[in-house]
This record gives sequence, structure tokens and C-alpha cells, in this order.
Amino acid sequence: MAEQKPSTAIEAVESGLAAQGYIASRQIATAVYLSQQIEKPILVEGPAGVGKTELAKAIAAWRGMKMIRLQCYEGLDEAKALYEWKYAKQLLYTQILKDKLGEVLGGAQTLHAALNQLHDFGDVFFSKEFVEPRPLLQALEQPGGCVLLIDEIDKSDAEFESLLLEILSDFQVTIPELGTVSAIKPPTVILTSNSERDLGDALKRRCLHLHIGFPEQRLEERIVESRVPNISQTLRRQMVGFIHEIRSLDLKKLPSVSETIDWARVLVLLQASELDTDIVKDTLNVLLKYEADIEAAQPQITTFIAKAARSNVFG
Amino acid sequence: MRENIHRFFRAARGAGVHVSPAESIDAMRAVAQVGVSDRTILRDALLLTLAKSQDEKLALGDCFDLFFSQPEPRQDQPEAEGEDASQNADQSPSSGAASDASAGSPPAELGALAQMLLSQDRSAVAAAIASASGAASLSDIRYSTQRGIFSSRILDAMGLQRLRDDLDELSATNPALAERLRAALDALREAVRDTVAQGLALYAREEAENLRNEILRNAPLARIERRHVAEMRALIRQIARRLRERYSKPRKRQRRGHLDVRRTLRRNAAWGGIPFLTAWKRKHRDRPKIVAICDVSGSVAQVSDFFLLLIHSLHEVVDDVHSFAFSSHLIEVSDILESKSPEEAMAEIMSKVGFGSSDYGSSLVDFEKEFMSTLTPQTTVIVLGDARSNNLDPRADILRRISERSKRLVWLNPEGRLAWGFGDSEMPRYATFCSVVRQCATAQQLERAVSDIVATYQ
Repeated sequence: MAEQKPSTAIEAVESGLAAQGYIASRQIATAVYLSQQIEKPILVEGPAGVGKTELAKAIAAWRGMKMIRLQCYEGLDEAKALYEWKYAKQLLYTQILKDKLGEVLGGAQTLHAALNQLHDFGDVFFSKEFVEPRPLLQALEQPGGCVLLIDEIDKSDAEFESLLLEILSDFQVTIPELGTVSAIKPPTVILTSNSERDLGDALKRRCLHLHIGFPEQRLEERIVESRVPNISQTLRRQMVGFIHEIRSLDLKKLPSVSETIDWARVLVLLQASELDTDIVKDTLNVLLKYEADIEAAQPQITTFIAKAARSNVFG
Repeated sequence: MRENIHRFFRAARGAGVHVSPAESIDAMRAVAQVGVSDRTILRDALLLTLAKSQDEKLALGDCFDLFFSQPEPRQDQPEAEGEDASQNADQSPSSGAASDASAGSPPAELGALAQMLLSQDRSAVAAAIASASGAASLSDIRYSTQRGIFSSRILDAMGLQRLRDDLDELSATNPALAERLRAALDALREAVRDTVAQGLALYAREEAENLRNEILRNAPLARIERRHVAEMRALIRQIARRLRERYSKPRKRQRRGHLDVRRTLRRNAAWGGIPFLTAWKRKHRDRPKIVAICDVSGSVAQVSDFFLLLIHSLHEVVDDVHSFAFSSHLIEVSDILESKSPEEAMAEIMSKVGFGSSDYGSSLVDFEKEFMSTLTPQTTVIVLGDARSNNLDPRADILRRISERSKRLVWLNPEGRLAWGFGDSEMPRYATFCSVVRQCATAQQLERAVSDIVATYQ
């Protein structure tokens, strides 16, 4: 792999992802290649629905690795993200082993001797048996490596970010009772963010920063082609052109790639062969998610269809 | 190549992208992986490792393009964008001795530089400029006023002195050749000037911006020049962002040590009430509630403008802001500020109440009559004005009532302390009822004042 020329290696990444139905731009492929080579996580930013989460899934499917997903939300803490003690099991075991404990300690004459005997037990109740691994610890324990997706990191608290730093830079976590757990094989880590808040510099520094924006027209056509194969070429061109026109409007939420794909599916379902004003009006709610946006787009529909059709002739 | 990448890091810092040593190590590792042969891949790799936000990506992309721009040959002049012709040229010349590569068509007794110019060997000239600007440490350039000195340093390093001697000699012996050489020298000067300009664009941006911001921060807001207003607004937005980041932390804080018995019992019902999982009491933090009363009469209008812009850019930090503007009478302006762009909003406010002579007394009466109910015990009232009431009744009694109803009353006065109480200034009389009175004439003082106000709620 190292001997390979980087440009061909990057192309290999591109085609590998394409085989999983993910059409990556060259920047994305470069990021994936580099993260593998220099073992750094990728921080993916961009508007909702441009395929940030999809990227992680595609990488996992392409490399044939397991994907472990950690969805972030406000109030997420280490007990839910990293590990937790199995309290109930510990309690249950102490109850069951009560007699046994009595037996062991029975021979001791003094309190001090009993304590010593108890020490010989070791920390049975705080051993690996009783640790419930949560996604982060699970990811480190995968023998074949895995893809760890930390989704919407911007939704979590700033404290949680600091918790991630050890994992992201050294691929290890420290559990006070057990010591440091290092990754068997460093996982490929993908973090996604919708830029709801600015992430800390310490986190950003540890990652490759990848911004996925809305794709160019050609690329988007290829994405639609791979996701909705049974759509005709003319319709595909028209609808992608139409969406690019819509994105030039000042809307509350611009339609992103996932909406394009949904719309393509809807159009195929309705057996449309061409875009016309009626069908667009009927299906506009697939693209736009706010009443105000739909109202703003309504009067422009005819012009946009015409424009899309025109660009179709030359494209 | 490594040299060049390092110089690129410096240029990136110049472009305002923060490049720490750790990041430069990462970038180097990435470059080692992808190689330098394919420039688009190199660009992507550097953007991925160095830039940390979309803005930085744009800045760094521009910087990269500028840095690695190739010399554009113009006519038949030995023209060169010089120092960063690096891709193919930087290996050839040994630095300092700028000129051993040259063709031998012109008379051999001429100096190396003259020979190079006359033979019109473009890449050699480009390489010579590159190494000379290296010798003159062009990457240390900081201010536009240094352009001249760096140009002359580069030309000296290239052997201008020898060229002049040659020129003198030639004008006596071979006027035609001297003419050609003179033209070539002019072209060379131009090329060097371009190189220095490019260097300035690459390396000096950060310094220049810092300097300008520093000057702006300490410039009196009231007397700011029209052409700086836009920059000032940008600076105010920057300040707002900084304050937001500092103060928009989660509002609930766990108070360790205070057990929330009810929630603990509920959470541990599964274990028969044995408290395995504890729940702690939380402390709610209030967001600041602010009532801003701003004088928009001629003398203070500009400061009020910036102040309102700052307060209204603090949405994440401040819960609700009610703003009022007055000169001779008082109106509420919150809605105008919320719905319009800062420029339009200010214009509208000014057309409604601005530019009159200020009457603090009647404005306070207006406030008491209509808006007293906006004040709660959590509210901080900020009055911005010079307290110059044109010898009309100041109605300090109303200010006392305002101060009694609110959490704090802060008075920001754009005038210097020395002027308070002289002429028609009622400041001392008002000051007795204020929790804090401070001078607020520059962006820096404005930032401190607002920061202190917000901090009292943390």
C-alpha cells in the first residue's frame, strides 16, 4: 500500500466507496486515504443531509469492518459513551457469594486478618467481568478494527469533548480501576458536526477537517444515478438542475442531497418522465421542509424548470 | 521542498490560519504520504490538516494558490513572480551566489547578472530572484512601508552594483547593448517589486490586521471616520463572538454535594431504593436580562450605534434585550433592531428620534410612563449617554426609582471622567443612583463593560 502512488491509492478509495453506492469527491477520498495513512480521525462538517453519516457507513461496508455508532446529545456522559459498571450484577453476585464469603472469612480471628484475606480475593467485583463496555470502549476492543462514528458531536457538552481527546489522539482510554485500555487495532474514527456550536481547538487539532458542502451538478447527478438507478437520464438532469436553482434562493433550509434522492424516488414512483409545473408543485414538500420556504419557491417554479431544461440542452 | 512547505506554514499564519507546531508535524506527515508531485492532492492534503473551519479553508486555499503561483511570462521580458517558482527551480541555485547558471552569448567580460539578463534566461532570473529574496529574508516583511528596503536588498543580493558598473562601461563602448541592458534592468526591477508585493501579501497580512484592529480598538468611537465604520462593525461582531463563546455555557450546573433525594429514589426504584445511581441537585443560571437606554443625540449617536449592535449580537448569551433610544423623547427600538440590518435599523432610529438636542428629564419621564414594567429584579439597566441635558431638569428621581426596581444600573459615558460635572453635565447627580459608572469611549472599553455585565450573571 505504501509503495503505491498516492494518486492511484486515492482513486482506489474513490472507486471502493463508489462500489458501496457512495460517490465521493476527490477531497473526501483524499481525507479517507490520509486518515488511514497517518491514523487520524476525520471531523466532517457540513449542512444536514449531505452524506456525513453515510460516509462512515460506506467506509465500513467497503473495508468490511463493523461500524459502531455513538449518537451524541446534550447530557451524554462517560457512563453512556465509554463504560459502566454492571451494578446489578455486582449486587447479585455479592448476594449469591455471601455464604462463600462467610466461609473464606470464617477462619480469621481478628478483623485485621479478615481484611487481609479479603485483599487476597483481589478486586473481583471490579474486574473486566463487571464492565459494561459502551460504544467507545467497544470500538477499542474490536480485534479486526472498526469504524467508529461519533455522530453530531456538536450536540454534546463541552465536557464530553475533553473525554474524547484521549481516544482520538492515542486510541486508548483510562479506567481508574482497570488501568489503560489500548486499541487492539486503531479504529477509523469519523466525527460529524452540523456546526451548531464551535468545537474546541484541542479537538479540532486532533482531526483532519473535512467540509462537505452541496455537491456540484455533475457529482450530484452521479449520486442520484447510483442511488436511484431506474430514473431516466433527462429527468435526472432536469431535477438536479432544478434543485441547483432552488439552492440559489434564500431559504430557511436548503434541500440537500438526501432530499434530492428522496425526490428522485418520488418522481420515479409517480412515473414522471419530465419535470412540469404541476408535478413539481405537488411534490415540493419533499424538497422543502418549511411552509415559508415553499411559499417563497412557488412563484419561481416555472422559471426554474425552464432554466433547468435549457441547461440540459447544453449540458 | 521541505523548506518550501515550512515557508508555506509561515504564509498560512500570515493568512490568519492558526498553525501550531503539532499541526505542522501532522501536515508534514500527510505531505510525506501524498508526495508533492500532484499539486491538487497536495492542496487537499494541506487544507485537510491545517484548516480547522470553512473560513480557514478558503483563506488557506487562496494562500496556497498565491504561494505556488507560477511565473507568468510576459512578452519577452525576463519576468518572474519569483521566489516561489519553487516547484521546479529551487533546487538549482546555491543561495547567495545567485548566478552561476547563464548562457554565454553576450560579451564575456560582463558580470553574471548582466549576462543573465541579456541572454533572457527566464528561469535562471526567476531562480536568482528566489534565492536573493531568501538571502534578504523576505518572509520577515511585515509592513507595506518596508517594500522599498526589501526591494533594494534583493537587488543588492543579486549584484546590482556590478550591473551598474557594466552599464556605465557599456554605454561608452556599446550603446545598443547598453540600451537593451537598461530595458532588461527595468523589467527586473518590476519583477522584484512584484515579488516583494507578493511576499507582503503572503507574510504580512496577519501583522497588518492586528495592527489595524489594535488601533481601531483604542480609537474613540464617537469620532470614527466614515470609511472605518464597516471595519468597526466587523470588529464589534468579533467582540460579540468572543463574548458569546465565553459566556454561552450550559445553564445548568451540577452542584456536587447536594443530593436530589426525590430524583435519586425514582432512578433507583429498580434496585429497591438502594441508591446505586445518585442524582445531584442542579443550579440554574439566569441569562442576563438587559434594558438598554441609549442617547442618540448628535454627540453620542455613533457610540450608541456600536453599543446596540454589540448587545443585539449576543443572542446566545443574553435572554432578552429591550432597547430604547432617545434624544428629546424616548421610543422602544428592539423590534427595529431585530428585524433589520444594522445599517437600516440605525438609519430608521435616527430618522425617528435622532439628532435632536438631548433632554434626559423628559426621556426618563417617557420611560417611567410606558416601560417601567419591563424592569424586573433580574434586569440590568444600561444607560448610555453623556448626561448632558442642556440645563433642563435632569429628573434624577426617576433614575432612582429605576435603580430600585432593577438588579443593577450601569451608566456608560463616552466622555472622559474629567468632563463629568462640567458645563451642563449632570453626571455626578445621576452617578449616585448607579451601581457602576464607567467611561466607554473605545471598542475595548465597550467590550470590558459588556463583559462585566454578563459576567455578573454567571
